[in-house]
Amino acid sequence: MVLVFVMSADKFKDRHGFWTNTIAREEYILKGNSSCPGCTAMIALRHIFKAAGPDTFVLVGACCAVVCEGVYPNTCMALPTLDTAFACTAAMASGVRAAVTDRGINVIAIAGDGGTVDIGIQALSGAIERNTDFLYVCYDNEAYGNTGMQRSGSTPFGASTTTTPFGKKEDKKDIAAIVGAHNIPYMATACPSYPMDLERKVKRALSIEGPKFLHVLTPCPPGWRISADKGVEVGRLAVRSCSFFLYEMENRELFMSKPSIDAMKNPIPLRDYLSVQGRFSRMSEEDMKLAQEKVNANIAYYREVCGI
Amino acid sequence: MMAECVEEEETSVYVTGCEAAARAVIIAKPSVVAAYPITPQTEIVEKLSLFIGEGRHDCQFIAVESEHSALSACIGAASCGARTFTATSSHGLLYMAEMLYWAAIARLPIVMANANRALASGWNIWADHIDSLSQRDAGWIQFYTSTVQEVYDTILIAFRVAENEGVMLPVMVNLDGFLLTHINQPLRLVDETLYQEEFLDEINVPHALNLDSPHTLGTLISPSDNYRVQHDRKLGMERAKDVIKEAERDFLRLFGREYHPVMEYRSDDAEVLLLGMGTLAKEAEDAVDMMRFRGIKAGLLRLRQIRPFPDDEIIDAISRSPAEKLVIIDRDYSPGSGGILSQEVKTRLYDAGIVKEIVNVIAGVGGQDVSAEDMMEMVELERGEHWWGI
Ligand SMILES: Cc1ncc(C[n+]2csc(CCOP(=O)(O)OP(=O)(O)O)c2C)c(N)n1
Ligand code: SF4
Repeated sequence: MVLVFVMSADKFKDRHGFWTNTIAREEYILKGNSSCPGCTAMIALRHIFKAAGPDTFVLVGACCAVVCEGVYPNTCMALPTLDTAFACTAAMASGVRAAVTDRGINVIAIAGDGGTVDIGIQALSGAIERNTDFLYVCYDNEAYGNTGMQRSGSTPFGASTTTTPFGKKEDKKDIAAIVGAHNIPYMATACPSYPMDLERKVKRALSIEGPKFLHVLTPCPPGWRISADKGVEVGRLAVRSCSFFLYEMENRELFMSKPSIDAMKNPIPLRDYLSVQGRFSRMSEEDMKLAQEKVNANIAYYREVCGI
Repeated sequence: MMAECVEEEETSVYVTGCEAAARAVIIAKPSVVAAYPITPQTEIVEKLSLFIGEGRHDCQFIAVESEHSALSACIGAASCGARTFTATSSHGLLYMAEMLYWAAIARLPIVMANANRALASGWNIWADHIDSLSQRDAGWIQFYTSTVQEVYDTILIAFRVAENEGVMLPVMVNLDGFLLTHINQPLRLVDETLYQEEFLDEINVPHALNLDSPHTLGTLISPSDNYRVQHDRKLGMERAKDVIKEAERDFLRLFGREYHPVMEYRSDDAEVLLLGMGTLAKEAEDAVDMMRFRGIKAGLLRLRQIRPFPDDEIIDAISRSPAEKLVIIDRDYSPGSGGILSQEVKTRLYDAGIVKEIVNVIAGVGGQDVSAEDMMEMVELERGEHWWGI
């Protein structure tokens, strides 16, 4: 059974005593990196590393983030960073953790949705099952960004990508549920549109020994076909329409985060989220209705488990 | 006075190639071992988990979910400066292929044992060199062994070669599936303290990640820098030639067993030379003896390493022998081209301006049984490619 507690985010302290109204001044992603303008994945990583602090080893799988680091001999990373092949990020993290045994040092693996829900899912599952003491972050731009926006298992229903030019027919893979099924000590979903919530979750995760998973929705201006200044706003729409839920799960107990609790009480229509993105412009009325029904079913499910 | 009971340390045991490999690894004290089972290598993984579990050596054993992850975990650990080991075979090695190149280009001194085995379709678990030879361009140093003792000794040598600062390349120690992995032979053990104090230094990966001066490994690289990196790796591989010989010399001095890149057997006055790798080339010593008994002046060159290719040693051995005929036995085949070892040798002969009658025999592939008597017949064959038994 899933036990539910409701907690508030973006307040001064959470139930574990983590301050949430402060953001570290230190920057671990340096200026001048080569991300697209308005990339929210880089905003997410910036906050994740700020929350983690300097005693952190980072792994970055093949994805946009590795391109954003820059070209040798330059790097935007101010933390020791190991770039990895596409499928093996979590496995390499197991290796790093085996070499870096000091519990006071964080090991954080970063991968895109393709590197997590598709090609890297086996390595991720293995690393969690082996109880690797690390934080795995999947930043989800809902497609293969690095190679020019092809569909991934995490691309949502109806979205057009370069390999689903008429919209994806299948649903988004529920990676959080898959990871949750591993009885992972801590996992959470987040979105850089809610930076305090994101940082707090990172801090909480890193305070726990064992495998931790963070699924971060990161709107991608070129891929989602929104203008560069709209990423943060669109992320909020994703949460407010309940297309994406922000929550934490600790030892099978689910804690819905404040922005999603508010959203579930009074969700905006899904259309408000989808219609601002070019990638859904070919979606038929019928599919739009279908997508809304799917969201409604999710809201009903979480309302029940959360008693909202 | 009470008689003191002194437990005598065993200096000699009777074990399989797999156990010998595992015993050697424990002496070299890696801090991380990651591996996945596959026949006929599995016993190495099992023995290592046992030895580590028993506390013979303080090491992290990562029981990964695939070979790709096994090598990836070693790469992760080695990138942080750890001494690492893995073992695999056949499909496992090819499953690692992406990371084999990665490890070598990243200049990580990982040591691996590979139990040579054929590839499917049509599952075949028997000896064949195509698995490792198909990866010969990955940038790994590759040794081929012929006895249980040689498996053990070569793994001990491998760590030192891999970790040499001028080399910093991964090393693959190959042992023929079943013919070595599952065969018991007597094994003389080395003095562990002597090995640890006199033969193998502490590992030092100069580019290892650290918190004091954070840097990034493996980021995007431009064509001109990539070119340099590849060239630098070539230099490392070239330096390995001398480093291997030096390690083999020290090994002889400290432990009394002699190894060379090319093991010559009665080749100085030979009129026909057999040439091969692994157990087949050990068996060929019997063929040479029998031929000599019958008045045929045969000799043998057994290659212990294919990368770096021992150019000088092979040319030297061939030029010193009066043999006009070279019988190169390949336990592998490159369809559309020929035996791989034979091509490698022919290239060096051409460069040295040496013309010989080359007989290329494809034998022992997929575990085909090849006896010393068979090899005696091979020397009768004429120039060109022959498939033994067809
Ligand atoms: C084995 C392998 N197959 C394909 C690729 C090419 N590739 C590199 S990154 C990438 C897509 C990454 O997508 P995702 O993980 O979603 O991250 P994003 O680029 O969107 O940040 C692909 C297909 C590769 N590097 N390795
Ligand atoms: S494609 Fe999207 S995720 Fe990738 S760098 Fe650009 S904005 Fe960021």
